[in-house]
Amino acid sequence: MLRKIRTTLAILSIAAITLLFLDFTGTLHHWLGWLAKIQLLPAVLAMNFVVVAVLVLLTLIFGRIYCSVVCPLGVMQDVVSWLHGRTKKNRFSYSKEKRWLRYGVLGVFIVAMVCGIGSLVALLAPYSSYGRIVMNLVRPLYEWCNNGLAAVAEHYDSYAFYTTDVWMRSLPTFVVAALTLVVLIVLAWRGGRTYCNTICPVGTVLSLLARFSWLKIRFDEDKCRNCSKCSRNCKAACIDFRSHTVDYSRCVVCGDCIGDCKFGALSYSHKIKSSHAATPSQPDPHPTDGGRRSFLVATAVATTTAALAQEKKKVDGGLAVIEDKQAPVRTTPLTPAGSLSARNMATRCTACQLCVSECPNGVLRPSTDLLTFMQPTMGYERGHCRPECTRCADVCPTGAIRPITREEKSSTQIGHAVWVQDNCVCITDGVDCGNCERHCPTGAIQMVPLDAQDEYSPYVPAIDESRCIGCGACEHLCPARPFSAIYVEGHEVHKTI
Amino acid sequence: MKERNISRRSFLKRLGGGAVATSALLAACKGGASQPTSPAEPPAEGMTMRVNPNTGDRVSLLGYGMMRLPEVQGQKLKEGQEPDFDQDMINRQVDYAIAHGVNYFDTSPAYCRGLSERCTGIALARHPRDTYYIATKLSNFAPDTWPAAASKKMFETSLRELQVDYVDYLLLHGVGMGGMDDLHRRYLDNGILDWLVEQKTAGRIRNLGFSYHGDVAVFDTLLQWHDEGRYHWDFVQVELNYLDWEYANEINESNTDAVYLYGELHKRGIPAVIMEPLLGGRLANVPENVVAKMKSRDAQASVASWAFRFAGTPEGVLTVLSGMTYMEHLRDNLRTYMPLKPLSEEEKEFLYEVADDIFNLNTIPCNDCKYCMPCPYGLNIPAIFVHYNKCIKEGNIPNERMDEEYWRQRRAFLVGYDRSVPRLRQADHCIGCGECVSHCPQGIDIPAEMQRIDEFVEELKRSEK
Repeated sequence: MLRKIRTTLAILSIAAITLLFLDFTGTLHHWLGWLAKIQLLPAVLAMNFVVVAVLVLLTLIFGRIYCSVVCPLGVMQDVVSWLHGRTKKNRFSYSKEKRWLRYGVLGVFIVAMVCGIGSLVALLAPYSSYGRIVMNLVRPLYEWCNNGLAAVAEHYDSYAFYTTDVWMRSLPTFVVAALTLVVLIVLAWRGGRTYCNTICPVGTVLSLLARFSWLKIRFDEDKCRNCSKCSRNCKAACIDFRSHTVDYSRCVVCGDCIGDCKFGALSYSHKIKSSHAATPSQPDPHPTDGGRRSFLVATAVATTTAALAQEKKKVDGGLAVIEDKQAPVRTTPLTPAGSLSARNMATRCTACQLCVSECPNGVLRPSTDLLTFMQPTMGYERGHCRPECTRCADVCPTGAIRPITREEKSSTQIGHAVWVQDNCVCITDGVDCGNCERHCPTGAIQMVPLDAQDEYSPYVPAIDESRCIGCGACEHLCPARPFSAIYVEGHEVHKTI
Repeated sequence: MKERNISRRSFLKRLGGGAVATSALLAACKGGASQPTSPAEPPAEGMTMRVNPNTGDRVSLLGYGMMRLPEVQGQKLKEGQEPDFDQDMINRQVDYAIAHGVNYFDTSPAYCRGLSERCTGIALARHPRDTYYIATKLSNFAPDTWPAAASKKMFETSLRELQVDYVDYLLLHGVGMGGMDDLHRRYLDNGILDWLVEQKTAGRIRNLGFSYHGDVAVFDTLLQWHDEGRYHWDFVQVELNYLDWEYANEINESNTDAVYLYGELHKRGIPAVIMEPLLGGRLANVPENVVAKMKSRDAQASVASWAFRFAGTPEGVLTVLSGMTYMEHLRDNLRTYMPLKPLSEEEKEFLYEVADDIFNLNTIPCNDCKYCMPCPYGLNIPAIFVHYNKCIKEGNIPNERMDEEYWRQRRAFLVGYDRSVPRLRQADHCIGCGECVSHCPQGIDIPAEMQRIDEFVEELKRSEK
């Protein structure tokens, strides 16, 4: 019974959370967004005390059911392990808890969080690992299928599906996701819940509570015939049939052993006599004042660039070749409105990629900078941060991007535009342009003569930095290629204008 | 004559439509409808012919415009690469047209990314030279082709590409665009018009004329020179259709109503060659209620056939050019003109009413001629206009957020926009350089329209639920 309930809930949960990462239309997060927000680490980072309290209570009552049902990475490993179990029975055996490894990793993890080494936190966070795997390895397949359907829909003049861009946001993050998947598959195939019980910091924290849970897997020593079946089928390797003990710090309450025992010696129950310890204070991984992160110091902005070659028109028709835009080197990287500051982003984000998967404008992508590795950063080559869109802030479960309204967003300055004279087509091509001025949503750009004394002076953009919010419409729509003649420089701390 | 019959028969065989064709022929012989015939198959003979008073040429009322040639389907294209033109299909369609009596082919050095003359030459060289008339142009787009030497080279290149040693009809291309100044700079100051007259005397050009768009002063001046005997125009090409008949000037004040243009030519006995009889397909693609009205008058006649009957009815029309990309277009037009049933006065009135309906739709008067392309900043200008007009016609222009239909229309407009035009080539990338403006024969203020559409799209995108 326990097993059935567990597997049903686990399948629903992993399916829903996977869909959350796959959906690019921005509809599912209204219904499924809470699934990301009830993940333990994101809830702690978001200081979502209600969720944390509920999860703590749940673990104190039921044991580590979180690991069996809520955590998608755990469920994914169960699936792998189950596949192996179909061909090979009785493949596990009891092993001792590897305390030094568990607590060592947890220690490193907490230190990394306190010091704001987001990349290390991101690597170890289980839910984020799952997010990266789905976003990098499954999402493209999903999008290709969608694009197939969109082609069919187009054929029938239907607007039910539309084509979406399938593109690699960051190669290093893709590689990390692929490696994580391979390592997890190997570990889960060979040893079931090895990762969860030796490395996963969330598992370790929950194990501290699970030792004292009200309901536990318990032996009835009178019924047990020491057949060892339970031990040999425990994917957490936590049942010692000889001593009739279960290591509750590692048991994820999957319920497999209860059904496996032919003698009914195992039950999931509360022993009245067991002493109920006071709730231990839960380790507080809140980031406190850590070492201030230093960002990459100024690198000169690449300025030499060829504007789109003006082709001489001789015949009718044809399309001019468009060179792809390239991202400029930004002294301070951009983080989306709602993230408050680079530091808030660096300390809160676990790089789950949910915001990246939501971004409909091709703006968000994982950073390749070592200190903020895989955390979202922005680029405007494919689109700009549109004023009506708050999707990344809507979905972020950790508070790295705080919820924000459209009105707040349109007055939040995340950076400011910088004009690069050498690239501007008004000068290089001698044409009247003003596309940046026309598309600036805050009216921060006006076209002024380069030389006020010269009647024939070209008009070039003048930026009022105090009004600019850094949305990147100017950078995205600038006709200069591959480097725009106007680009956005990030601000470490966002401010309201 | 014998040769032509054979070529038609062998052509029909090649088509593989032997059975259908035979039954059509039989039906034609019996002169009745006793045998069911494919409605798509035009009769074998009976093309309406018009006579050019200058040379006595018997010209088919349907002329083949080589500006919208078919492209190879299903080619894998890189970004920015354009498909090849489908020479096999061009050959097939030209053969079919000739077999049905079409003998006027109109091209230019600029059409189809500069490849139209070559494709036309290849297709026509497979037929005897005296079975067709070729019209081509001295184009005016690139100012570096304006000097005398470059212009002469353009003409010689045309002959070479077309694989002929004389041209039947030569046009000064698009006079009126750019006004009197450009007329002088392009054709007079460099002495090229006089050189063309010499070529005519030498027999390398049989008829000399001009195609006209835009500034009416240029049209009037050229006709005045004709009256004064300074230059003789053997023919003139103008835009004529039931929308432009009385609305050309109201749609765009830089254009002139066709009723005036045709009247001036007819008065002088100058044959008129008609372009844009269908406004780039816009008159084949009319609102539903107009379709219903047309079909209730003649259920068998296509929507396009009304426009062709309108353009072909005036007696002074030598030929009506149609850029027939597809075989269906060709067949349909052949049926309309084999032979032409001239419009009655009552039918003309009906079409003027239709013109009223269409005029009030406020579509952008773009005929997808691609003269504006390539845009130096990569936009696909005609595709943007075509999408916008399509949405107007299909009622997919969202108005008020409160409208019941708003969200459906918004989705149709935005999803359709991304389908029709890649994002990189959409209106928001128009910088307003104005390069295109002088090339548009409809005188559309393209940058202004682009910015208007862009603002409209921006508004739609911002109005998320």
